[in-house]
Amino acid sequence: MQLTVNGKQTSIADQETLSVTSLLETLQVSQREYVTVELNGEILDRADFDGATVKSGDAVEFLYFMGGGAA
Amino acid sequence: MFTEEQINRYSRHILLKEVGGKGQKKLLDGRVLVIGAGGLGSPIALYLAAAGVGTIGLADADEVDLSNLQRQVIHFTPDVGKPKVLSAKEKMEAMNPDVTVRPYQTWVTADNIADIVKDYDFVIDGTDNFAAKFLINDACVLANKPYSHGGILQFDGQTMTVVPGESACYRCIFPEPPPQEVIPTCSQAGVIGVLPGVLGTIQATEAIKFLLGAGELLTGRLLTYNALRMRFREIAIKKNAKCPICGESPTITELRDEVNAMNVCDLEH
Repeated sequence: MQLTVNGKQTSIADQETLSVTSLLETLQVSQREYVTVELNGEILDRADFDGATVKSGDAVEFLYFMGGGAA
Repeated sequence: MFTEEQINRYSRHILLKEVGGKGQKKLLDGRVLVIGAGGLGSPIALYLAAAGVGTIGLADADEVDLSNLQRQVIHFTPDVGKPKVLSAKEKMEAMNPDVTVRPYQTWVTADNIADIVKDYDFVIDGTDNFAAKFLINDACVLANKPYSHGGILQFDGQTMTVVPGESACYRCIFPEPPPQEVIPTCSQAGVIGVLPGVLGTIQATEAIKFLLGAGELLTGRLLTYNALRMRFREIAIKKNAKCPICGESPTITELRDEVNAMNVCDLEH
């Protein structure tokens, strides 16, 4: 399937759909324990990562905490 | 209403149709709180002072350290050891005598933040730790104060403006702070010195636009920046119905310190 991941076209071979949990593993997304996932413009609940699925044409954003600023 | 000197000082603003004399008056009457007088806070405070924002609050308990000077451009070598808010106040008032700087030499906490925030029109988060970032979000959402979020690490930065009730807040994206052991901070992971200049200047722009009532704010959009690839991206962020503070059934109704995130950053450096 073809996804847009963080704005880039990304192909995932041999898969028609994937759970968000499997997508995180397949793409080897870093810091999986606390990354926020936005699927087609909606922020997903972490509890829904197993249940939510992605399919061809979906847009996925991985959003990370960024803590620096002052020190 | 302006002195000759002010007309001269602000002439390049007054020429802009989006600012003009009326807008410059709004800036001079404006009150902006900058939390953190470090990497982000330096360009924010300098540009707000130069722009003639009349009252600028500056909150930071820290003192200037030699390792700060690579990026915290409001502090100079002779300031090492001096409280950051006082070092910054000196530069801002020397730059522009129209500006009143109110220093708060303290960390913001659940006990003091509401009292500080209430006197300002707009708040800017220039802090370096998640406890403060979540606290600022919560205080601004509960007090209905618009604010600018900013974060930087290594070569990456992100910023978003929050207008409570209208646009997504920080907790719409990140409901809870990360566990403290997993997040690197600038003091551990490093940061390229020019990075807070880019992000802080964007945050100051948002405060100025808010005071002017001009243009479009960076609401409902997370702007991300990568300095190595020199790319900006914008990610649309909707209000999250399940947000614990601004969602449909909020679980956070009063301020609290995020104890688990308290030690995320080495606050000494």
